[in-house]
Amino acid sequence: MSYINKPKFKHPQLQTNDIGLTRRDYEGTLTTLCGGCGHDSISAAIIQASAEMSLEPHRIAKISGIGCSSKIPSYFLSKAHGFNSVHGRMPSVATGANIANKELSYIGISGDGDSASIGLGQFCHIVRRRVNMLYIVANNGTYGLTKGQLSATADLGSRTKSGEESLFDNIDLATLAIELGASFVARSFSGDKKQLVPLIQAGLTHKGFAFIDVVSPCVTFNNTDLSTHGYKNTWENHIVLSEVDFVPMREEITTSYAPGKEKEITLHDGSVIHLHKTGSNYDPMDKENALHHINAYKKQGKIATGLLYINQTTSDLHELQDTVDKPFNSLGCHELCPGDEALGDINNTFR
Amino acid sequence: MSELIQTSKVSSITRTNDFVVKFANINGSGSASANNMFAKSIFRMGIPVSPHNIFPSNIQGLPTWYEVRVNEDGYLGRREGIDLMVAMNEQTIKKDIDSVVPGGYVLYDSSKTLANELLRDDVNYLPIPLKDICLREFESPTQRQLFKNIVYVGALSAFLNIDFKILTEMVSDQFRGKEKLILPNIHALELGHHYASDNFDCPLTLRLEKSDKNANKILMDGNTAIGLGCVYGGATVAAWYPLTPSTSVVDSFGKYCKRLRIDPGSGKKKYSIVQAEDELSAIGIAIGAGWNGARAFTATSGPGISLMQEFMGLAYFSEVPVVIFNIQRVGPSTGMPTRSQQGDLLSCAYASHGDSKHILLFPSTPKECFEDATAAFDLADRLQTPIIVMSDLELGMNEQICDPLSWDDNREYDRGKVLNAEQLEDIEKFGRYLDSDGDGIPYRTYPGTHASKGSYFTRGSSHDAYAAYTEDGSIYAEVMDRLVLKFKTALNYLPQPVVSTHTNSKFGILFLGTTISAMQEALDMLAKKGITLDTMRIRAFPFHENVTQFIDNHELTYVVEQNRDAQLKSLLKIECNANEEKMHSILSYDGVLPTAQHIEQGILESMQQLQSDDKIPA
Repeated sequence: MSYINKPKFKHPQLQTNDIGLTRRDYEGTLTTLCGGCGHDSISAAIIQASAEMSLEPHRIAKISGIGCSSKIPSYFLSKAHGFNSVHGRMPSVATGANIANKELSYIGISGDGDSASIGLGQFCHIVRRRVNMLYIVANNGTYGLTKGQLSATADLGSRTKSGEESLFDNIDLATLAIELGASFVARSFSGDKKQLVPLIQAGLTHKGFAFIDVVSPCVTFNNTDLSTHGYKNTWENHIVLSEVDFVPMREEITTSYAPGKEKEITLHDGSVIHLHKTGSNYDPMDKENALHHINAYKKQGKIATGLLYINQTTSDLHELQDTVDKPFNSLGCHELCPGDEALGDINNTFR
Repeated sequence: MSELIQTSKVSSITRTNDFVVKFANINGSGSASANNMFAKSIFRMGIPVSPHNIFPSNIQGLPTWYEVRVNEDGYLGRREGIDLMVAMNEQTIKKDIDSVVPGGYVLYDSSKTLANELLRDDVNYLPIPLKDICLREFESPTQRQLFKNIVYVGALSAFLNIDFKILTEMVSDQFRGKEKLILPNIHALELGHHYASDNFDCPLTLRLEKSDKNANKILMDGNTAIGLGCVYGGATVAAWYPLTPSTSVVDSFGKYCKRLRIDPGSGKKKYSIVQAEDELSAIGIAIGAGWNGARAFTATSGPGISLMQEFMGLAYFSEVPVVIFNIQRVGPSTGMPTRSQQGDLLSCAYASHGDSKHILLFPSTPKECFEDATAAFDLADRLQTPIIVMSDLELGMNEQICDPLSWDDNREYDRGKVLNAEQLEDIEKFGRYLDSDGDGIPYRTYPGTHASKGSYFTRGSSHDAYAAYTEDGSIYAEVMDRLVLKFKTALNYLPQPVVSTHTNSKFGILFLGTTISAMQEALDMLAKKGITLDTMRIRAFPFHENVTQFIDNHELTYVVEQNRDAQLKSLLKIECNANEEKMHSILSYDGVLPTAQHIEQGILESMQQLQSDDKIPA
C-alpha cells in the first residue's frame, strides 16, 4: 500500500481514445489496498473498459458501501463523482441517485460482506427494482478490513488464514440475482482481465440491472490453499461458461466464429456482444438453464464464470415508473410547482 | 311503531355551539366517513370544530372513538367531559356512558334493550332503533351495516340542529360520480332525522346555531398539507416505508402528484415514489437522490427514525440535503402506535453516533405543515444537511381548521450553493468542503456537471476541505467546527419563535407543535384568575438567541411538552445554557393532547408551591 500522491506526469506518447483522453484520464488515486489485492485488478479492468469505450469519465457516478471493496471507487475515474456511503446500503443510495438523474451511468461497487450479509436485503431489492446500473461485487469470502472473518459467500468447508472453517452453505449472489430478476448476470475472476473487461463493457452498456460477481482474492487473509476464494482454487476451478467479446456500437464487426457455438446479442445502443458458449447445452438467455449449469458446476467444486444470464427485454425502473425524459435534478420551480391558482382550487376541496 | 320517549326528568345541559360529542364505534364498521360528515357539516355551518380520531392499531374489531369539540370561541383543544356520547360499541359501552357529564346525553341503538347496569339517572338517553330501521329499509347486509352510521348522523342533525341541507350537499359532493349511492345515503339521513324529530323534542337544549367563524378557512389534516407542501416545494423523489402515522404523507404526495405533476406533453411523471424495503433503504434512496441534485424526502415515525440514524449521521457529516418528516407517535419501541407524543425531540436533534446534530422544524397547524414542508427543501439545499419536520399523530391525522394554504407565485426555489459548469470553469481548484464564504456552508456540485472540474468523493469518513480522506485530527476538528458555524448560519434561515408578551409578566410559557391546541384556552382561563403569562412558541431547532433571552427575562418559564422526560427542557439546558431553576415542566404523555385544564392546573399548582415556599408573594 502507499499513501504518496500519484505523479501527475503523463507520457507524451500515450495513446488517446475517440474523445481524446488517455488511459491516465480514467485512473483514480493510488491504491491503499494490500499489494496483490484482487480488488486493484478490478479497478484496472474498469479503467481499461471505460477508456476503450471512450466514456466521458464525469458522466459516470461511482457509489459504494463500506469495506475494502468499497474503497475501490477512489482508485478509478477520479473525474467522476463518488459516494462511499454506509455499510450494506450502497443499493439504496445508488437507487436514489439513479432516480435523480437518468442520464448518467452508475457503477456500484460492493463486497461480499457489504452485499451478502449486512446489505443482503438492499441487494435483493435493488435487483427487484431494475435500477439501470452496473453492480460489481468484489467477492473474497472474507472481511478484510476487520482482519479475516468469514463472510457469507465463503463456501462450506472453506478455511481462512487463521484456520476458521465455514460451517454454513454460501450465499451465491449471482444465482440470487438471476432468480430475483436481474437482466444481466456475470461472474468473473479478478485475475482474468481478458474475461472481466468485456463483461464490464457489456454490463455498462446493458440497459437495466447488470451484476458481476468478481471472485477477487484477499491476499492477506483468505488466500490459503484451503480457501475456495484464494488464487489457487480460483485458477484451478473456474470454468468459463461463455466467453464474451464486446463490440461497441461504432466499430465494424469483423470477427467471425464457428457456427453453433456463438451467439450475437445486440444491446440497446447498438453495441454487440459476441458470446462463445463452451458448454454445449448452455443457454444464457434461459434463466432455468443458466441456474442449472451454475449449480451443476458448483456441485463439482467448480466456479462457473462468464456471462451467465442475459435478458434484453425487461424495462428499467424509470421505464416502469414512466418518468419524464428530463433528469429530475434539472427540473426547476416552474416545472414542478403548480402555483397559487391550483392551490386555491385545492383549498376549496377542504371547505 | 315507536314509542315517544321523553327525557325531561333529568336535568339537561343547555349550551349552544359549545360542547363535546364523542362517537364510540367498532373499527372497520364504516363509522369514520359518517363521523367525518358530522364534523364537516358543523364546519360548514361556520362553527369552530375540532375532530380527533382515537383509534386502535387494528383493521377490524377493536374499539375506536371520534371526539368532536365544538366551540364558538375557537378553543379547539381537547376538553375533558363528554356532553353527548354516541354509544355504538358494546365492548366499551359501560365506560363510554360513564364518561358522560351529568345532564349529558347518550345516543344508543335501542334495537336491543339497554342493560340495567348501563342506566344512569343523571344523563339523558336518546334511544334510536338503528338496526331495526336499517333492517326494514335496506336490502343488502353491507348497507344494513353501513347505514346505521348514516342514520345516527341524521338523528344528530335533528337533535343538534344541524342544517340538513348542508348534510345532503355533502353526500352529493362525496359521491360525485357514484350517483346511485347518493339517494340511499340521503334516505338514511332522513330516516334518522325523522325518527328523532318524531320521538323527541328536537332540537335539544344542547344545540348548534349557524355562525360565521370559519369564513375563508379550510378543514385539513397535517399529513395532507405536508404531501401538498412536498409537491409545491419541488420534491421529485419520495422514498418511504409504510408506518403509522406517517403513511398518509406519501398518500397525499402521490395523490396530488397524479393531478399536478404529469408532464402535459408526454403524459410522463415528474416524480418518483419508491416504497422501500425498510426505513434504512428509504432514507438511503432520499440521500442518494439529494446528493445527485433532486429534492427528496422520506416520511416516517419513531421506529423509522431509530432505523435511519446511521444514514442521518452520514448526511450530516458528508453534507447531503435530505428532508425527513417525522410524524411522531408514542414510544419507546412499538409503544402506542396510534397515539400521539412529542417524544422524539432528543433522538432527532442528536440522531446518529458521534457529534451529530440536526435541524428541526415544529409545525403546529396544517398551514404550517405546508409551509414548513416547502421551506424544508429550501433549507436542506441551502444548508446541505438533513431537515427534520417534527409533526405528530394529532396534527398529522386529524382535521383542523386553519387558514387556507397559499403560494407566492414569485417565489423561486433556493437551491443553495451549487456550482454549474461555467462557474467551475472560473475556479482554479474546487474544494467541496472549503468554507469560501466564511459562513460554514461550502459549495457543492452535482455529478456530471463538468468534464474535468468539480468531481469529488463523498464519504462518511473524515475528510479535508477537498473531500480527501484524512486521519489528521486537526483537520477533522476543523470540519467539525465548521459544521457548528454552519448551524449558527442556519439561524438566519430558520423561522423565528412566535412570541406574545405582556408588560411586567414574571412568568413565561415555552412550547411547540400541537401543544398550541390547548394554549389559548389555558391562558384565558388563567387570565380570568388574574394570572398573565408571556408565551413563546418555538418553531425550529437550533434555537434562536431570543429563546435564551426569554428564559432569562422571566422569573420562571413553564415548559409545556408532550413527553415524560422533559426533552424540550433538556434541549434548552444543553443548547441555551438555560438555568434549570428558571424552568418548570408541565408534561403530558398519555398519548392524547393535553387539555387546557391540564396546563392551567399545572401552572396553578406550581404557583401555589412557589407561594408556600415564599418564592413569590401571595
